[in-house]
Amino acid sequence: MTAPPPSPAAHRLRLYEILPWLCAGGAFFVFPDYLALGGQILIMVLFALSLDLVLGYAGIVTLGHAAFFGAGAYVAGILAAHGWTEPLTLLLAAGAVACLLGLVTGAIVLRTSGLSLLMVTLVVSELLQEAANKLGWLTGGADGLQGITIAPVLGLFRFDLFGRTAYLYCLVILFLAWALARLIVHSPFGRSLIGIRENVTRMHAIGSPVFRRRLRIYAISAALAGIAGALLTQTTQFVALQVLSFELSGSVLVMLILGGVGRLYGAFIGAPLYMIAQDQLARDDPAHWLFWIGLLLVVVVMFARGGVLGIVDRLRGALR
Amino acid sequence: MNAAPLALETRGLSKSFGALTVAHAIDFRLPVGARHALIGPNGAGKTTFINLVTGRLTPSAGQILLAGADVTALSPEKRVKRGIGRTFQITALFPGLSVLENVLLAVSERHGAAGDMLRFAGSRRDLVEESEVLLERLGLADHAGRAVRELPYGRQRLVEIAIALGLEPKVLLLDEPAAGVPSAETGLILDIVEGLGRDIAVLIIEHDMDLVFRLAERITVMVQGAILVEGTPEEIAADPRVRAVYLGTEAS
Repeated sequence: MTAPPPSPAAHRLRLYEILPWLCAGGAFFVFPDYLALGGQILIMVLFALSLDLVLGYAGIVTLGHAAFFGAGAYVAGILAAHGWTEPLTLLLAAGAVACLLGLVTGAIVLRTSGLSLLMVTLVVSELLQEAANKLGWLTGGADGLQGITIAPVLGLFRFDLFGRTAYLYCLVILFLAWALARLIVHSPFGRSLIGIRENVTRMHAIGSPVFRRRLRIYAISAALAGIAGALLTQTTQFVALQVLSFELSGSVLVMLILGGVGRLYGAFIGAPLYMIAQDQLARDDPAHWLFWIGLLLVVVVMFARGGVLGIVDRLRGALR
Repeated sequence: MNAAPLALETRGLSKSFGALTVAHAIDFRLPVGARHALIGPNGAGKTTFINLVTGRLTPSAGQILLAGADVTALSPEKRVKRGIGRTFQITALFPGLSVLENVLLAVSERHGAAGDMLRFAGSRRDLVEESEVLLERLGLADHAGRAVRELPYGRQRLVEIAIALGLEPKVLLLDEPAAGVPSAETGLILDIVEGLGRDIAVLIIEHDMDLVFRLAERITVMVQGAILVEGTPEEIAADPRVRAVYLGTEAS
């Protein structure tokens, strides 16, 4: 499940790291009719990337990451519905609130481990969803939050019907988030997270403040997830209760596992794979598409540990 | 003998789990630069003692002093900063990371650089070089780039020690460093411990008596959570109570 050992020079940019950006940029021109879906894929890539930081690097197995995605989505939605329509500052606000939420809930959640951690993260997101459901006057409740308008990006680029602005906007934000995440995982702090994942007992024994490190990455990840949620709000101009759902937490986990955990690029493969499969399967077999996703997951977990990137690693190993 | 300043001292150190006492009023003194062995039958509480000193376990009573300062209330992390380093009886490494990265983690923590988030790990050439020098010293330089999990067990035991040395401890607690190592390779471990500077006080738990008697200048024998006897290797070898313990009869 884990990635091959990084070396101190691992931060040098490899050729393959440009690949996702070439694909994403190319898709803009090749699939002009699918930009709405494309934007959503980019958002899920960002969300899965945020999950990879906690799950893949720090080894924190969470089933409640939608709490932060949803918090960001609602913060952006509620503020925008009340007249704060400038998109970039909305992203910052959503990220800040999600980050704070990550700090507060993480301070409790991260004192547990294993199955209890799984349960507590789930409880946090369920509590939030129920709160959003009950606070209908603020969130729109089960009907969803409507009446959201978003000003043009930088005052120049209006969100258009074809999703062109939305796609490029999401792409730029994803790129910035990726650059930050990449810096973090290759930093001494990122290495210490891998150490915590690999052997927490030893990290204590070398004097590492394990709890603080995990809390920090949890909050950073929460912020990125919140920004992803805010992007969804801004590009769809609607917030549904599902942004806080267990299903979403589960889906993003599946995306990451499909792509490969702890590799930074698993999100870039798993999210498009899942979203495109969902799009195609839901069209061809609307009743049972989830079954096929499930089957895909079972196959990956049983025969392709490490997801798609795990297969790539093994192929490269075999060719060497 | 007692004139030397103490690197580590415990006073009345006790630990009980309910009615079970695993450490019984242990008074222990480790002078600066000492070479001291802690021996005793399985279950005597040797590893428990180490866990109490390092803070993995909280004592029920008693005090732990490092270089004269009471550290009983300090977290394990703070004790490491005060100069306690340990190795584990059951190898506790970062199996997916390279040998160099294993040591670099410890070195980075010691330098307070491990929390740096906005620079690349490889950009701290000074820390990487320091780790490489350490690997060179331990004969691990050829393996620096290999994942630890690919190393033979004997080498893994060396990495175990390398990580602890990366902390530049004042007190080094070695918990059965030669356990599971083929006898042909225990010499490597012996050489390393013998080669350590006298600024490091070493406490070694070991069942390999050849190793114990070659390294230790003093030996403490523990039985059932308490210190039975302490003395020079000659005194311990001649002590009838120690023989009784190791032959399985009750000491009186």
